[in-house]
Amino acid sequence: MAESENIVAETAEKIFADLADAQTINHDKQGAWKAPLWQALTEAGLPLSWVPDDLGGSGASLAEGFSVLNVAGRHAIAVPLAETMLAGWLLTQGKIASPEGEMTVLPASPKDRVTLNADGSLSGRARGVPFAKDAKHFAVLAGGKDGISIALVDAARCRIESSTGLGGDHNDTVTLDKVQPVTTKPAPKGFGQTTLMLMGGVVRSLQIAGALEAMLDISVRYSNERVAFEKKISKFQAVQHNLARLAGENAAALAAATSAADTIVNAKSLDTDAVFLEAAAAKVRCSEAAEKGSGIAHQVHGAIGFTIEHILHRYSLRALAWRDDFGSESYWAVELGKLVADRGADELWPLVASR
Amino acid sequence: MTAALRFDPIRLPEKCEQLRKEVRAFLAEEIAAGTFDPHAPNREDNDAPEFSRRVGAKGWLGMTWPKKYGGQERSFLERYVVTEEMRVANAPTRRFFVADRQSGPVLLKYAPEHIKMDILPRICRGEVCFAIGMSEPNSGSDLFAAKTRATKTDGGYLINGTKIWTSSAHIADYMIAIFRTSPPTKENRRHGLTQFLVKMKQPGIQVNPIGQITGQFEFNEVVFTDYFVPDDHVLGEVDGAWKQATSELAYERSGPERFLETYYVLTELVRAVGKNPDTRSAEGIGRLVAQVHTMRRMSVSVAGMLQAGKEPVVEASIVKDIGTVWEQQLPHRVRDLAAFVEETATNRETLEKQLDFAIKTAPKLTIQGGTTEVLRGIIARGLGLR
Repeated sequence: MAESENIVAETAEKIFADLADAQTINHDKQGAWKAPLWQALTEAGLPLSWVPDDLGGSGASLAEGFSVLNVAGRHAIAVPLAETMLAGWLLTQGKIASPEGEMTVLPASPKDRVTLNADGSLSGRARGVPFAKDAKHFAVLAGGKDGISIALVDAARCRIESSTGLGGDHNDTVTLDKVQPVTTKPAPKGFGQTTLMLMGGVVRSLQIAGALEAMLDISVRYSNERVAFEKKISKFQAVQHNLARLAGENAAALAAATSAADTIVNAKSLDTDAVFLEAAAAKVRCSEAAEKGSGIAHQVHGAIGFTIEHILHRYSLRALAWRDDFGSESYWAVELGKLVADRGADELWPLVASR
Repeated sequence: MTAALRFDPIRLPEKCEQLRKEVRAFLAEEIAAGTFDPHAPNREDNDAPEFSRRVGAKGWLGMTWPKKYGGQERSFLERYVVTEEMRVANAPTRRFFVADRQSGPVLLKYAPEHIKMDILPRICRGEVCFAIGMSEPNSGSDLFAAKTRATKTDGGYLINGTKIWTSSAHIADYMIAIFRTSPPTKENRRHGLTQFLVKMKQPGIQVNPIGQITGQFEFNEVVFTDYFVPDDHVLGEVDGAWKQATSELAYERSGPERFLETYYVLTELVRAVGKNPDTRSAEGIGRLVAQVHTMRRMSVSVAGMLQAGKEPVVEASIVKDIGTVWEQQLPHRVRDLAAFVEETATNRETLEKQLDFAIKTAPKLTIQGGTTEVLRGIIARGLGLR
């Protein structure tokens, strides 16, 4: 990790440690911690990390932003930091200035589409949009007769059917019924729904890797404290081997996610087989790791980890929920499989080895 | 954090890609000349001594070692490229692989100068084959239970006992083995074993082949009867073998051979499925490709960290643990998907033969070179559990 990434990641780490302690949050049923946390993140320029100065952001590098997301995952942050970052990134692709406050992106699923109408309004429905109810603006990718556009939309102009997702955060259906956007600009050449889904998938992959690191950490700590059959459960080989497997899943997720992020950082174009392989593979492997890893973390904790009072669910359920955003692992596996089949058997190893 | 695992996104440097082209061109020539069949991993001619010499002549054996011993002083990442290309092509590497990966580095570290000058250049030329003498009939994973004795005598040691599961012992010119020179102490049960260089094909050594479930005879029982080893063949500290070979283990555990041993069935499945897979096949292939890509990125990451002088011991063990479990499951997952391959697929028979062999190979992958159970114990220690 480069020096600057370290500094940005440490800034984020410090804010989360001070204002988003898992125990405190878990016991604060009113959500009083949210406003001070968001304010501190905003003052540090983190939500608009990926927006350049002249478009209203803090102009951090892609790499710095990715390092923040990994840290955010380690703290299972329940404010729309990742979503606002991603929205700012999308708006920047269209050279649209980012407003202040919480944002999210839509569509958040590869199957949903938003249409740009001839009169400049937007129509469509996007399901499973993370934090839509908490957002003041949406960054929207829309298709029209002249191609793909990027738009900034006032959230108040949309219909939001709110629900709570698997991770306990808002996961909403947003309906746009001829909504006039604040601004609309054409997307860059080659930028489309797939590009947004791949980028969103890498964001979620980094968060999952972070959450798995936290799950490993608290599971190891718990096993070294909990006594059963007159010894610490960490001394039982069955428990040790489960935790070794959890470390393996954490490792796989970390490697896949950071590799994909690194690929996007260094890519001249996001429309290449290399980016597709890295980003799709990261989402597939990190999602698989979320399932296996969170299962082990819960097994090690026993009944206490199943209680609402314990912090484990903050990480385990979010890691599981993040699998669904921007295309699930089964979706990306099908897409990656199709790409591999299309390129042919003799091109598979050269593609893998090119990374 | 109790366990800050690191997998830096390391990329192979540009010079590796030039080397990769050279290796691919070389292997294509060898295949064209009939040296080996890349579609038949169960070949009978796995000995391939001439191939071994030609690889040596290319400068691809001992390539990280000092030039004065015949090496090329190239990086571990360059060696990585050669290893993975050979593995994916199903090239017959048996004769030189152990010497290049494992035995050479041990000699470099512990052998006296005249032995290094004698043997290392011959490894680099692809002329000598090495075996590793670790397991015994009553000590496998529990290495420190080894009983084969090395008794001090004039100018050396007399060896008596039996090593077992020794791969390539029947063709090997040398073995690096551990023998018992003293009993273990109460304080340290690992004490008393010494590492030796053993010259094979001599009186006093009997090699008995052992048939494997694959139909191959690649491992052996090796019986020593008053076999004499001179003093200068002791490698490292007498009674102190347990202190040696820690950082080498990281290379041994995390290389491409730890997840690519059954890779060929995936390539063949993609060929059989064709351009337009149904959803089930596409998903299955996509998952397997995502998994192998991730494994490789982990493995390259460890190689890069080792090259940079770091010691990612836990990370390397993790690569071997999940890599070997993956390559063990791979033929079974490919079998699942092969059930839906069209009757008309032209490579159907090749795929079925490969699956048959890969499924027979699979059980050994999580046993050889350190079982899954031992690896998870090492990982658990790294996590602070033991």
